[in-house]
Amino acid sequence: MAINYYQPLYEVMRDKDRCIKCRACERQCANEVHSYDEECDVMISDSRQCVDCQRCVSICPTNALKIANNPNTFRQNSNWSQQIMTEVYKQAETGGVLLSAMGNPKEYPVYWDKILLNASQVTNPPIDPLREPMETKVFLGKKPKNVRFNKDGTINTDLPPTLELSTPIMFSAMSYGSISKNAHESLARAATELGIYYNTGEGGLHKDFYKYGPNTIVQVASGRFGVFRDYLEAGAAVEIKMGQGAKPGIGGHLPGAKILEDISKTRMIPMGTDAISPAPHHDIYSIEDLRQLVFSLKEATCYKKPVIVKIAAVHNVAAIASGIARSGADIIAIDGYRGGTGAAPTRIRDNVGIPIELALASVDQRLRDEGIRNEVSIVVAGSVRSSADVVKAIALGADAVYIGTAALLALGCHLCRSCQTGRCNWGIATQRPDLVKRLNPDIGYKRLVNLIHAWDHEIKEMMGGMGINSVEALRGNRLMLRGVGLTEKELEVLGIQHAGQ
Amino acid sequence: MLEKEGQIRIPSGCAISGFISRDGKRIGGDKIVKSISYMHDRSNGLGGGFAGYGIYPEYKEQYAFHIFYNSNDARVETERFLDRHFDVVNLSRIPTKKHPNITNEPLIWRYFLTPLPTKLASSQLDEREFVAQCVININDRIDGSYVFSSGKNMGVFKAVGYPEDVGEFYRLDEYAGYAWTAHGRYPTNTPGWWGGAHPFALLDYTIVHNGEISSYDANRRYIEMYGYKCNLLTDTEVITYIFDFLNRKQNLSLEDIAKIIAAPFWTEIESGKYSETEKKKLKYFRNVFSSLLVTGPFSIILGFDGGLMALNDRLKLRSMVAAEKDDMVYLASEECAIRAICPDADRVWSPRGGEPIIVTLNDK
Repeated sequence: MAINYYQPLYEVMRDKDRCIKCRACERQCANEVHSYDEECDVMISDSRQCVDCQRCVSICPTNALKIANNPNTFRQNSNWSQQIMTEVYKQAETGGVLLSAMGNPKEYPVYWDKILLNASQVTNPPIDPLREPMETKVFLGKKPKNVRFNKDGTINTDLPPTLELSTPIMFSAMSYGSISKNAHESLARAATELGIYYNTGEGGLHKDFYKYGPNTIVQVASGRFGVFRDYLEAGAAVEIKMGQGAKPGIGGHLPGAKILEDISKTRMIPMGTDAISPAPHHDIYSIEDLRQLVFSLKEATCYKKPVIVKIAAVHNVAAIASGIARSGADIIAIDGYRGGTGAAPTRIRDNVGIPIELALASVDQRLRDEGIRNEVSIVVAGSVRSSADVVKAIALGADAVYIGTAALLALGCHLCRSCQTGRCNWGIATQRPDLVKRLNPDIGYKRLVNLIHAWDHEIKEMMGGMGINSVEALRGNRLMLRGVGLTEKELEVLGIQHAGQ
Repeated sequence: MLEKEGQIRIPSGCAISGFISRDGKRIGGDKIVKSISYMHDRSNGLGGGFAGYGIYPEYKEQYAFHIFYNSNDARVETERFLDRHFDVVNLSRIPTKKHPNITNEPLIWRYFLTPLPTKLASSQLDEREFVAQCVININDRIDGSYVFSSGKNMGVFKAVGYPEDVGEFYRLDEYAGYAWTAHGRYPTNTPGWWGGAHPFALLDYTIVHNGEISSYDANRRYIEMYGYKCNLLTDTEVITYIFDFLNRKQNLSLEDIAKIIAAPFWTEIESGKYSETEKKKLKYFRNVFSSLLVTGPFSIILGFDGGLMALNDRLKLRSMVAAEKDDMVYLASEECAIRAICPDADRVWSPRGGEPIIVTLNDK
């Protein structure tokens, strides 16, 4: 009899009085937790397989199911937590690197929650967005240093390539492969309807989605999967992925099992082969190499599309951003250490990188100190959870934000953080056709549109309260922010005052 | 100890007034003092000031610096700086009259200056940029010294007090100019520092402003990238720098500047009322100079060499009235301030939000 050194994380609890044995849970669970014992006429559950994705709970017609934390506990120890002990057991068993998905769940400070917004009282009137115009349109891209005039004295209004967003929110890079075709379709259609952009990630662009090109950012990552002429020409902008917040300093790995026919065609690799993105771009070992790739991509797209450089927020992010701003890039995307992923080594995800709030504040200030803030726009990600986070990010200095996790939540994700298994019961992070079809893009895209509309309205309410009627007057407006419970040093890095000051 | 302007941001309500003779007739300063006095209740005695244009015809080729000093040491150090950079054509204390309501005055000096040709050449700057940088240097680096007026043939006079008292203190009835502006301040929290009174000035640009702009820090952090230092943390200061940047450095017309700082809403831009060329330009401005959009309530009068400009925020959240009589144009927070000095105006109207009124001398 084998010994189980560690116990299941969850306990599936079924209310037998409520259960009508319809077996919906059994059919819905790709992890095969639920089964029906015909002899005893009873539903049974194998908690060991459960990932707490909440699919069965959500689908149960009689509300008979609950997933709870397993009350079984190891002896309490503040240093050796049950999770750490369990991980040791797992590694002793397998000899492998621990894998995780989605963003860093550890109890690090969330600076968004320690920043408060201002509102107008007496000296300055708040503005009601239902009565007065309230504007959230933004442009991303380089701004010319000086106004240029034509020979006749009129202003030369030609501008470097620009992205125009109806609201300062975009869907961040999630590859076809890491998420399903239906998830991609939902994002693409929502971006198109909303007048914003979604991002292909490093998995290429499915042929069915070229029609959404005007609202698509195509990514060029270290594996260069799916990158060819038509791909670059299809997008509204090209993003060079140097790093990802969830796993700074390492590459990616989509297992061969997920490389089915469609994905193999889209990624332009043989079916069944592992898709490995190297940690570095092998043609970029320094900042001057990056400049060459930026301009190669600009040449390839006839200087008609802005080039975004995406980096993970790491310790010297401000200096790196300054280098990128001088590399010819039009937009810098910075991904914080809470950014999501389809799969990352747990130790990397949980221990590498810095909070996006601090990275953003120092990058924006550094670029201003150097007088080059107008050379690039700044987009931040990882993680932006609500419209309030968006407002705070913009007031700290961001031009726009990327949302990934929040968009997946809108599609049904419950953050069970098991994407790497490929058995997503919500049809998002899976390629199994029976699971993929659970996500209906007709419904999915609408839910995304709803989410962004709701956030846009909330952004306008918060701006109106501050007496601001256009988002550009919020950008970098740190006087609208105050910290609570922050140290002098944290306030200094954020460039804000403490509440009460 | 209360913190003064520059250490803390102090919101304030205000009264503003101004007028110009398009024919360039020189009008005594007592008239602007009378106008602003009718809006006494819009000030609270913590700041008043005036700007007069065309008041130094005998020195019209020199830059007139008006400087507050906290001490003689500050004056000595500043004068050393001035001697290194300028030919000092004339210097004197600014004549004042003791006034019971005006106290704690600093040393107030006036200099008529011409940049030293050698210094100017070696700086590789144009003359006005050279002078502007000198002003910013003194204000930023010399403790206890503050240049509050630095244009040609114009001057700012300001103090802590009600504006009508400030006008008497500076003996404004002894000056005459073709255009005047005035400001009465209602700050919500200040110990009353003379430098914190308005108008705020750089070169010949002066701003009097009523309002509290919600875009302040966005504007400040943008403009500071271009060598300006917002030491006072006031709206007026940053608005002056925005005008200086767009007008003097970017060569944009005042009409275009209004379209940047009080930009039309997108709905208006798309409404079909503009030509395609104009639409393109408006979109260009809102993209390139998006950080110079000024939101929140404001009404301002900009004074410059040869004219005045008035502008409201695009929602018109602050009152402002204009009037015309013969060659005269009047601008004020309240109509009473105009009626006080021009009871029989030909036309009195309320300019729309974001719609600039620009008046220049007929021979300019």
